[in-house]
Amino acid sequence: MSDYVRKTSGRGFQDEVVVLEDVQETGPSLVAKRTLFRLITFLSPSLLLVLWEVLARLNVIDVRLFSRPSLIFQTLFPLMSSGELFRHAWISVQRIILGFLCGAVPGVVLGLSMGLFPPVRASLMPLVASTFPIPKLAIMPLILIVFGLGEASKVFTIAIGVFYLVLINSMTGVLSIDPIFLDVAKNFGASRRQFYLTVALPGSLPMIFAGLKLGMGTALLLIVAAELSAAQAGVGWMVWRAYDMFDIERMFSALITLAVMGYLLSIALDALEKKIIPWKER
Amino acid sequence: MHPCQVDVPNPVDAGDIAVLTSHLTKTFESPSGTVTALDDLNIQVRRGEFICIVGPSGCGKTTLLRIMAGLEKQTSGRIYVHRSSNNRPLTAMVFQSDSIFPWMTVERNVGYGLQMQGVPKKQREETVKKLLAMTGLTAFAQSYPHQLSGGMKQRVNVARAFAADPEILLMDEPFGLLDEQNRLILQKELMDIWQESQKTTVFITHSVDEALVLGDRLLVMTAQPGKVKRIIDIDLERPRDIVSLRGDRRFIELYSEVWHLLSEEVRRSRARQE
Repeated sequence: MSDYVRKTSGRGFQDEVVVLEDVQETGPSLVAKRTLFRLITFLSPSLLLVLWEVLARLNVIDVRLFSRPSLIFQTLFPLMSSGELFRHAWISVQRIILGFLCGAVPGVVLGLSMGLFPPVRASLMPLVASTFPIPKLAIMPLILIVFGLGEASKVFTIAIGVFYLVLINSMTGVLSIDPIFLDVAKNFGASRRQFYLTVALPGSLPMIFAGLKLGMGTALLLIVAAELSAAQAGVGWMVWRAYDMFDIERMFSALITLAVMGYLLSIALDALEKKIIPWKER
Repeated sequence: MHPCQVDVPNPVDAGDIAVLTSHLTKTFESPSGTVTALDDLNIQVRRGEFICIVGPSGCGKTTLLRIMAGLEKQTSGRIYVHRSSNNRPLTAMVFQSDSIFPWMTVERNVGYGLQMQGVPKKQREETVKKLLAMTGLTAFAQSYPHQLSGGMKQRVNVARAFAADPEILLMDEPFGLLDEQNRLILQKELMDIWQESQKTTVFITHSVDEALVLGDRLLVMTAQPGKVKRIIDIDLERPRDIVSLRGDRRFIELYSEVWHLLSEEVRRSRARQE
C-alpha cells in the first residue's frame, strides 16, 4: 500500500506548487509477512496441543475422557510401526474408492442423461427428488438386510451417498452450459455424438467435479457408519472397537488417521481435477 | 435439416447470387401478441461481396442472420444459398459474445468446424496453422481462452469461422463488445483476411462507421417489422485505410446519408412506442 503525502512549497497563494510524493511503506516486507502467517498456521494447532497437554496434566481436563496428546502419541506410534494402522486404513480406503466408483459412475451417466434429455429428466426427477432427502444412515439397516453383513453392504452405503450428489451436480452441469455453445455446435454442423463429446461432457465437467468433491466428504462420513456394524477391520471399525473397550487413546489414533485419509483423498481428487480440467481458472 | 437446403431448382445456381431470400417472414408469439420480426424480406447477396446490415435495435437483423445460419426457422418464405462444393459447410457464424469453447485450446477452437466436418487431422492442422498465423495467434495455439484478452478471444472466434471455409460467412456484431482500440485493430485484420479469401460475408453491426469501413454494400433495415429500407453501394476504393478513410469526403457523405435514414427509423420506432 503506497500512500501519498502532500507537500507544498511556500511560494505564496498565487502559484502554489503541490508535490505528490510516493512514500515508501515502512514495516515488514510482504515476504516477511507471508513467512509470519505460515508460522502462525503451524503454531496455532501446536499451541492447542500444548494447552491440551498442560490442562490435562493440571487435571483441568478429565484425562479418562479426553486423554492427552502425549498418551495418544504413545499409542499412535506403535500402531503405526506395527503396520496395524495402515492395514485398517488401507481396508477403509479400498471400501471408499470402490463405493465411490460404484456411486459416481452411474451418477455421472444418469445425471448427464437427465440433463440432456427432457423426457428422461421428467421421468426420473420425481424419483430422485423424493429419495434424495432420506438420510443415508436411516437406510443402513435396510442395506444390511438386502446386502448382508459382508463387503457389499459397506460399499453400497458409500455408493448411494456419492451417487445422489454426483447425479444432481452432473445434471445441473449440463443444464447450466451457456446456450451459445449449443448454437456454435449446431452452426458448425456437430452431430449428436459430437455434441455430447465436444460440448455437453466437457462443459459439465467442472460441476461434475464439484459433485465428486462433495461426494468424497460424504463417503468419509459414511465409512465410519458402515464399519459400525458387522465389520472386522477398517478405521471406522477401530473407532467403534475403541469405544467398546473404552480405549480413548486408540480412538484418537483412529480419528487422526481418518483426518489424514480425508486430506490425502481430497488432494488426490484435486490432482485428478487439474489433470482432467486443465482449462479451469485457478 | 438446414433450412437453406431446399428443393431444386435453386435460383441461386445461375448468375452471381450467393444468398437470396424470397418473401422471408418471421413472427414470434409474445405475451402482448404476435410480433413480426421480419416482414416479407427480399434481399440478394452477391457472391464474394461483403454486405453490412444496419438497423435500429430490434429490427430483426440478428433474426435474419440466425435464419441464414440454420439456428432458427422462418415462419414463411424461402431462403436460397448457393453451394459451390459439397464438402463445404453452408455457413459459419462469428458470434457477438464470448462463444469460443473455454475447454478447448485456441488451436482446437479454431479447428472446431473442420473437426465437425470430419476433415483429416493432418489437413486440419495445416489450415489451423495458417489461420493462427494470419490472426497473430500462433504463440497462443496451446492457450486456453481464460488466458486471453477480449480482443484475442474475438480473433479466435473470427479464425474459427474462416477455418471452416463456409460458403457464406455470417458475423453478428463481432466487435460490438470490444473497446475502440481493439475494434479498429480487428477491423483492419478482418479486412486483410477477407481480402485474401474473398468470401461472401454478411456482417451485422450497430456502427455506421464500421459498416462503411468494411462493406461493399450496406443494407439499411427499417424499424420493426424489419424490411429493407435502402441498399447503398459503398463506392470507396479498396484496399481501404481504416483510419484515413474517416476523413474522406465520400465517406462523410455516405455517413450522413446512412445516419439520416437510420434516425428516421429510430424516430419512427420511438413514436410507435409512445
